[in-house]
Amino acid sequence: MKIIEIRDLVKIYDSEEIRVTAVDHIDLSFEEGEFTAVVGPSGSGKTTFLNLVGGLDRPTSGRVIIHGIDLWSLRPHEITDFRLHNIGFVFQAYNLLPVLTALENVEFIMHLQGWPKAERQRRAVELLEAVGLADRLHSRPSRLSGGQQQRVAVARALASRPRFILADEPTANLDSHSTENLLNIMERLNREEGITFIFSTHDARVVKKARRIITLEDGKVIADEKR
Amino acid sequence: MLIAISWRNIWRNKLRSLVVIIAITLGIMAGVFSTAFMKGMMVQRLETAIRSEISNLQVHDSLFRITGELKYFIPKGMALAGSIDTLEHVRGTAPRIIVQAMISSAEAGSGVSVLGIEPEREKKVTDIIDHLEEGQYLEGVRRNPILISRKLADKLNLHLRSRVVLTLQDLDRNLTADAFRVAGIYRTTNTSYDEVHVFVRYDDLLRLTALPDGAVHEIAVRTDDDRFTPAVQQAIRHLAPRLEVLTWEQISPELRYIVAAMDQYMYLFIAIILLALLFGIINTMLMVILERRKEIGMLLAIGMSRLRVFGMILLETVMLTMAGGIVGIVGGILVSKYFEVHYIDLSMFGKGLEQWGYNSLVHTRIDPALVVTVTLMVIFTGIVAALYPAWKAIRYDPAEALRTE
Ligand SMILES: Nc1ncnc2c1ncn2[C@@H]1O[C@H](COP(=O)(O)OP(=O)(O)O)[C@@H](O)[C@H]1O
Ligand SMILES: [Mg+2]
Repeated sequence: MKIIEIRDLVKIYDSEEIRVTAVDHIDLSFEEGEFTAVVGPSGSGKTTFLNLVGGLDRPTSGRVIIHGIDLWSLRPHEITDFRLHNIGFVFQAYNLLPVLTALENVEFIMHLQGWPKAERQRRAVELLEAVGLADRLHSRPSRLSGGQQQRVAVARALASRPRFILADEPTANLDSHSTENLLNIMERLNREEGITFIFSTHDARVVKKARRIITLEDGKVIADEKR
Repeated sequence: MLIAISWRNIWRNKLRSLVVIIAITLGIMAGVFSTAFMKGMMVQRLETAIRSEISNLQVHDSLFRITGELKYFIPKGMALAGSIDTLEHVRGTAPRIIVQAMISSAEAGSGVSVLGIEPEREKKVTDIIDHLEEGQYLEGVRRNPILISRKLADKLNLHLRSRVVLTLQDLDRNLTADAFRVAGIYRTTNTSYDEVHVFVRYDDLLRLTALPDGAVHEIAVRTDDDRFTPAVQQAIRHLAPRLEVLTWEQISPELRYIVAAMDQYMYLFIAIILLALLFGIINTMLMVILERRKEIGMLLAIGMSRLRVFGMILLETVMLTMAGGIVGIVGGILVSKYFEVHYIDLSMFGKGLEQWGYNSLVHTRIDPALVVTVTLMVIFTGIVAALYPAWKAIRYDPAEALRTE
């Protein structure tokens, strides 16, 4: 089933000094259950593209349709709410709340969604177990390695039961062992739970794991291959 | 959960938060203590006025209060005082003859009000007896004892048992004089009062002024508690419909105004302290949201609504402010409580204060309403301080904020 449809998407950064077309007329669609890598050199527009799809950055023109909803036709607070209930985010710099434990970080998003405490706690434990952090539930991010933090971030992204997860260079700050470990977890979640992942990377080892590879260059899609 | 996050966020930068909290604590403590101090001073002034000077009620012939003339006496005042004594909630009555006179020693003279009193009854009404520095209360001298103040004694170079002459006009407008002997020297906290009031025995003054038996000019009435004053006033009016019966507030309305005005000044004072603190808090919170730009960007990105982000910053600011506020209020109360029992000695500035009728030994007073008002003011300050930083935080663009390193 098609979950994301992108039509003629354009993003132009127009500052006083320069004018950059970061995303240049992209047409794409994503199916449920995909495990897709967006690749390309630095500055090719990967982050911008994911931000447009994730409702974080407003396109200059074009449409992002998720489950039949034209994302950018919604009002700002509706978009925020849409993100909360439909999209999971994993960031390059993990971006956990430093004052919360791993468990609380995962719980927090369900708190925002208004889940009762017992239920969100049960699910948070479950998810942290799934990413191999059963023994670090009560550690704060500063006590976790980069790889562990990113796994908490994946658990957090899953916690809100999103329709898909967007991950912008999730392994860029990780060593090869942690990278491998994280990718295996993501792959397993995709295979066993049918979670849709769209992640960007410029790491060849990560690209290798993807089942679909979209290559960007200067904001244009220059290749879209499935394996 | 937001409360926990806000509270933990406060302690992320311990030193910075502590500096803010300590500043608020000190500011509020100073505000609460100063207020308790001023309040104490005012209440003491009021109590002194009632206890030593005015009493709760006074009864006069209405013309006496205006003219002060000897002839406007209450004819059967002694008997009236006796009846008032039997009223409910009356602790005591002090019938007095009051006459303007010249007091002279061997060296100098001075104009004074002479109060002819009945010592035993006067003791139940005014506390001049507690202010005796030397000698006794119109006792210990057999003939014509007089009680004068320390201030007057110094001025006229008088000592215990010194001889003075009182010169006055009697009821028939004849100039008359008699010698008195200093039986006691008193000193209240109000030197302006002291300077012009001397006390002699009722009988002695009655004779000197040639007033008819039982005549008085003033009956001062002390009630069991000031809240009974209006009721007693009514009862006396019933007994003596032609006389003027006034409460201390009617006699000295300025006393009540001073207390009320001082309350308002003190709230203004605390508001100014809080205003100064406000800018410190705003500045701190601006630093906080600048530092957490990326974090706030993440929260917005994962779907935390702007309203909630606003609430989170607001909560953190109010909690930070309240932390200092509560410690400050409690600290201020403790210090003030201490000085409720012990006193603050202002005698190094005492001369000026006592001239205005203020005691130089101040006991603080904590008004429960003050605690509530200050708490609300602190919360309000926290909210106001949060507005601008919180507004800036929710204007962050998540995509931009996440790109910051
Ligand atoms: N806020 C911005 N203002 C101006 N130019 C920007 C901004 N964000 C990104 N760009 C530019 O857009 C292009 C694409 O950037 P980005 O999407 O970050 O690429 P990638 O993630 O592939 O490295 C780059 O040329 C970058 O300099
Ligand atoms: Mg990027």
